[in-house]
Amino acid sequence: MSTDNCATAIKVEPGHALLAHKGGFSALMILVLVGIASWIALSIDERFIYMLVYAWFGVIYGLLLQYGRFCMASAVRDLFAVGVPRMAVGMLIAVILFSLTAAAVTVSGYSTFHPHPLGWHILIGGLIFGFGIMFTGGCASGSLYKTGEGNVGSLLVVISISFSQAVFAVLGGWTNALAPASWAESAMEKGMPEELSVTDGWFDQFTAGYVWDLHGTTVAEWLNMTNVWVGAFIGNALLSAIIPSLLLVVGLYFFSYRKGYLRRHKLQHGSFNDDLRGLWSMLTSSKNTALAGLGLGVFAGAHMWATGALRDHYQIFNFGELLEKMGYTSAVSIQGTVFDPGYWYITTQEAQWGGWVLDKLGFQMTDNVFFGLENGLPNPLLNAPGMMSIGIILGAAMLALVRREFKFKLPDMEAATFAIVGGILMGIGARVGMGCNVGAFFAAVTNGDMSGWIFLFGMAAGGFVGVKLFNMYFEWKASRNDEFAL
Amino acid sequence: MAVKFDKVSDGEWALDVTGYVCPHPQMYTKKALQKMGSGDVLTLLFDNPSSGESIIAMCESEGNELFERSEDGTPFTWKIRKG
Repeated sequence: MSTDNCATAIKVEPGHALLAHKGGFSALMILVLVGIASWIALSIDERFIYMLVYAWFGVIYGLLLQYGRFCMASAVRDLFAVGVPRMAVGMLIAVILFSLTAAAVTVSGYSTFHPHPLGWHILIGGLIFGFGIMFTGGCASGSLYKTGEGNVGSLLVVISISFSQAVFAVLGGWTNALAPASWAESAMEKGMPEELSVTDGWFDQFTAGYVWDLHGTTVAEWLNMTNVWVGAFIGNALLSAIIPSLLLVVGLYFFSYRKGYLRRHKLQHGSFNDDLRGLWSMLTSSKNTALAGLGLGVFAGAHMWATGALRDHYQIFNFGELLEKMGYTSAVSIQGTVFDPGYWYITTQEAQWGGWVLDKLGFQMTDNVFFGLENGLPNPLLNAPGMMSIGIILGAAMLALVRREFKFKLPDMEAATFAIVGGILMGIGARVGMGCNVGAFFAAVTNGDMSGWIFLFGMAAGGFVGVKLFNMYFEWKASRNDEFAL
Repeated sequence: MAVKFDKVSDGEWALDVTGYVCPHPQMYTKKALQKMGSGDVLTLLFDNPSSGESIIAMCESEGNELFERSEDGTPFTWKIRKG
């Protein structure tokens, strides 16, 4: 049997057999509970539909992430550590698809995307984040779906990201010494309310004194594409996402796939047609990952459209306005907003979870720009993007149960340490870079914001250094195991 | 929890990385295959689903033959013949 037909050895069970076992029943129960919770929310106030859109798209993302074992950490890590490009390819397929669906949403007028301010922080944030994910075993979304598979180590990563971001965003005192005086001056000039104390805390000064002075743009705006169709499809999709992605796919093929492909097919020198076949073979080498990439691209666009349409329906710009109308005034920031990106995003809502817990424990968490002015500190039950994250965990749990892959796995001391330390680095990187591999990269480049490629470059560079260090540690550990000593 | 890598008989090896999560299973598999001779068979036991996808791709690109895959839930038992 050749390597190419190894798939024929898979034992495929019919769908009804998969659902008949205990895991299938548990998955069904989760689905029923999500349905009941949705019904209760709607019966309290039908405007909770806005939050349920996040929750249900989260469930879909969770199903797709688990189906494709889709983790952007492994896009970088497996490429450098074991020479496998499958996840990088899956990610680029998702980028191409989402750029097209996002362009369609932009044309419809329902896009919720705002370009990120462009500056060095994106590169630095990407570096720290990329370094961190090499030790946690998963990116921010990956850790959520692996939590759904019963992986307690991944849950530790999520908790670590949540608290490290929350603490990083509010920390004052000694951190002030790390901020240049020009940031404090610039922050002061913004005339922010005194209760936010914008000149106290590194992150406050970074945000108000540095990031707010920067500008971000989309390719369509940058090239002055006044026709919305041309701007969305040519500028934002083709130029910002599709062409760079195709170039990367070709690069991945030549650097990490071609040699093995030609050897397997006993080809001395690949002709152009051989290379085309080789490229196709690479794109389809992990069908699950490729299909998940396609699905994520389509649903990420549908999610943005659904949220945009609901904002139009309720005549709001932000979920905070709806929360206030529903009477939940304590959840919102002083300008009446909460974190509400309107699309797939992971890290900021986790920061809010951590911040909310610390607030309940008596820490002052709202005298800052991040929570106090911009994102609010809603109860997790009123946190719309947070419901998306919970949806991801539940969606992944359902599919893992159906596939009999759900298993409670407790980390040992080594894995737990990696999870916590890596999670702290991911949290800091995500705040400095203004998002993770989803918010700062995936959602950015697909909407015409090229700053996302800078984040990816930083993430890959940080990941490369992280892999080298991890390899050294791994070799040292393996050398202590007699069987592995080479 | 410890990695177990044993030579079962001539040309037959067993690697047990159950309990380990990414990237350990795929890295130990790569290392085990490096230690084995051409034509040797590795019986791999693991329970981290996402590592499986990477191992499939790794086998394909390095010319190792994944000739048996149990797909009825974790832990997975896979057999790989080194190319």
